[in-house]
Amino acid sequence: MLTEVDSALLEKIADMLGKPVGAVNIRKDSGCEARQSTEHIEITGKEDKPGIDIRIKDGTVGEKCHIPVIITKSGVQEMVYNDFFIGENCDVEIIAGCGIHNCGGEESRHDGIHTFYVGKNSKVKYTEKHYGEGDGTGGRIMNPQTVVYLEEGATIQMDTTQIRGIDSTKRDTKIVCGKGAEAVVTERLLTHGDQVAESDMEIVLDGEDSKGRVISRSVAQDRSNQVFYPRMVGNASCFGHVQCDSIIMGDAKIKSIPAITANCTEAQLVHEAAIGKIAGEQLLKLETLGLTPEEAEECILKGFLA
Amino acid sequence: MLELKHICYTVQDADGSLDILKDVSLTIDDHKLVVFTGPNGGGKTTLAKIIMGLVTPTSGQILWNGQDITSLSITERAKLGISYGFQQPPRFKALTVRDLLTLASGDKKLSKDKCCQYLTKVGLCANDYLEREVDVSLSGGEVKRIEIASILARGSQLMIFDEPEAGIDLWSFARLTETFEQIHRQGDATMIIISHQERIISLADEVIVVGDGSIRHRGTADEILPKILTDTLGGCPVLSR
Repeated sequence: MLTEVDSALLEKIADMLGKPVGAVNIRKDSGCEARQSTEHIEITGKEDKPGIDIRIKDGTVGEKCHIPVIITKSGVQEMVYNDFFIGENCDVEIIAGCGIHNCGGEESRHDGIHTFYVGKNSKVKYTEKHYGEGDGTGGRIMNPQTVVYLEEGATIQMDTTQIRGIDSTKRDTKIVCGKGAEAVVTERLLTHGDQVAESDMEIVLDGEDSKGRVISRSVAQDRSNQVFYPRMVGNASCFGHVQCDSIIMGDAKIKSIPAITANCTEAQLVHEAAIGKIAGEQLLKLETLGLTPEEAEECILKGFLA
Repeated sequence: MLELKHICYTVQDADGSLDILKDVSLTIDDHKLVVFTGPNGGGKTTLAKIIMGLVTPTSGQILWNGQDITSLSITERAKLGISYGFQQPPRFKALTVRDLLTLASGDKKLSKDKCCQYLTKVGLCANDYLEREVDVSLSGGEVKRIEIASILARGSQLMIFDEPEAGIDLWSFARLTETFEQIHRQGDATMIIISHQERIISLADEVIVVGDGSIRHRGTADEILPKILTDTLGGCPVLSR
């Protein structure tokens, strides 16, 4: 039975309102709260370890699959393995996300490994939002690991967002692109207070005419600390672009270390990285439009992380 | 009505104090189009910024519709109907042209048609620009025109434009002057335009020549343009030979 807190978390991290429609698996406090397969998307629990297998049949088009995780008990610590087997010629959307409501003094922690095997010419949109709340002193920790294998002509659009409230995170992302495959990763991350966040990402462009694009936007407030390591490796005739932009505020610290590696003369790789505070002229401009300094700052941050 | 009374602005530098504005007083009636012109560094932009609240005068008083706004913030002045188009507008990495026009208009559901109207007035096509971010991918001229469109979207009672022609191509400039003329003709707003362009100066009800921190001349375009010409030619050592 979902409580009000559960429902609020699910809306925040997976835009889920009311009874879930389509394929769904809700994991709550290390247990299975709800599971529903459809004709084309089958979700089964793993026998040997925590987690699920999601199998999507060839030619599945226009279906969504929600697999949110919520932790509402203080002290829950888990390591979850979710594997996605996506057939050929699919066009599907997978909505993950993790919300922690910690009102206790113990650390709540969700570590997960998501592995995607995307079949030929399939198109996947993967959305993952992370959010923490609760007035307890216990930490809210998330360490997601995502591994994606794209077969010929397959694409993944991966949108990850750390909304707020996560005390510590270490993200690990690896995507291997086959011939003509394309990976577009958009990462948005906000840290505040004394939070720490690290994102390690590697896109390997293995196949001919493969493409990779990483857009990383982050805001570090207060005394928080962020480190980014986006890397693009070109092993064939390919195109890769890494763009990291960060807004730094208060006493925060940000380290951005993009890297591009070409192992083929036909590889075209570009990286850009910028860290800076909100420009004073931007605030003044918005103030001349009637916004207060606080509203102007919020507007810039909201736009940046939208 | 806008009234500036005995406005002084002094800055401190290594050599002591420098007077940027020296006891400037002027009154601008409603629905007038007034052009501030004069040599660079003469104090035009500082005077305009003082009206918007972007610069605080060392002394003096600003009255807007009879209310003393000298100590009001930029936001408060904006809410009272004053807007300001920057000479070099800032760029925003994550705000789109639509976002900026929506913020400026104060209408959260600003329609595409409305956006299109504002952009057309500055010579831009909404289909090409509406979803673009106001970032470094836009040229200086494009950002400038979007800035002016944001002032049009704001639709305030007093519009201040700081060198709107700077960085704008000839064709867009012609469209822009038509827009200023239209606003003026319809009596929609009071406009203060800082400009060096004869075409804009000739639209003005009144031209105020600001130089060396003071008002040097005031009058109609017909009265002032010959004076500007004389001052300019007179100041050229080559032509004076």
